[in-house]
Amino acid sequence: MNIAVVRFPGSNCDDDAFHVVGRVMGQPARFAWHKESSIGDAEAVILPGGFSYGDYLRAGAMAANSPIMGAVKAFAEKGGPVLAICNGYQIACEAGLLDGALTRNASLHFECRDVHLLVEGKPTPWTRAIPAGRILRVPIAHAEGRFVHPNVDALEKEGRVVFRYVDPTGGQSEGANPNGSVASIAGTCNARGNVVGLMPHPERASEALLGSDDGRMLFASLLAEMGRRV
Amino acid sequence: MKARVYVTLKTGVLDPQGQAVARALGRLGFSEVKDARIGKFIEMQLSDDVKDVDGHIKQMCEKLLANTVIEEYRYEIVK
Repeated sequence: MNIAVVRFPGSNCDDDAFHVVGRVMGQPARFAWHKESSIGDAEAVILPGGFSYGDYLRAGAMAANSPIMGAVKAFAEKGGPVLAICNGYQIACEAGLLDGALTRNASLHFECRDVHLLVEGKPTPWTRAIPAGRILRVPIAHAEGRFVHPNVDALEKEGRVVFRYVDPTGGQSEGANPNGSVASIAGTCNARGNVVGLMPHPERASEALLGSDDGRMLFASLLAEMGRRV
Repeated sequence: MKARVYVTLKTGVLDPQGQAVARALGRLGFSEVKDARIGKFIEMQLSDDVKDVDGHIKQMCEKLLANTVIEEYRYEIVK
């Protein structure tokens, strides 16, 4: 399947995402430049991490208004699968593809380490093939990842919390929440479930050589989902 | 004319930067500082012939300058 990795000025995980999709998963991938107004025949879109537009004003605020995002929104509205990672998650929230906002870590530190994620919530193209209750070990690397939402209860009830920071045994605790996110939320999806965003980096943990290949399950899930759809 | 836009975090949204500044001021001996909140100040030079300047500034704030999920804004126009 064709996967488009959007590249903004300041993206720096675009090559990592491209590598995982192209080399690890063996799928045709291409970059879509932020000035393009179409994603072509892509069957899935990845908004990668980085510091788009230098994170000026607010992380993701400028990128959310770039020409390519019009095409990404139209693709998402038709139900196309979108995975928004780290800065991509910030962009997706700023663009209104996902609700909520990501703001400065409660610790004030740039948090760069492995975390454990509990996969939960409604089935999405990016998580459907991951067994319920599975805990993934993937890295985070962000200064503005504290998830804030005006109505977390509704989000929880709708099953739209897809990833939650937990300790290695699956328990929730303040120590396992690296940024002070409300309800330890690490990732969410839209009402339809086709757009998924998360602060941690599954693309950096998709090969055993890198210490964990748990992140690969998101991409494998997408491929399974597309196979299911065909 | 000029427009001055102030973007601040909504009440209740944690401001760790503000807390750090308040603590630093306390360490400098300013024990009267109970809390500090950090926001943004944006000054824009506008052409004088804008018809609906209030409407435009509100749109600028809603579309880009503020994230209304966590921030609120106010502005003043200086002729």
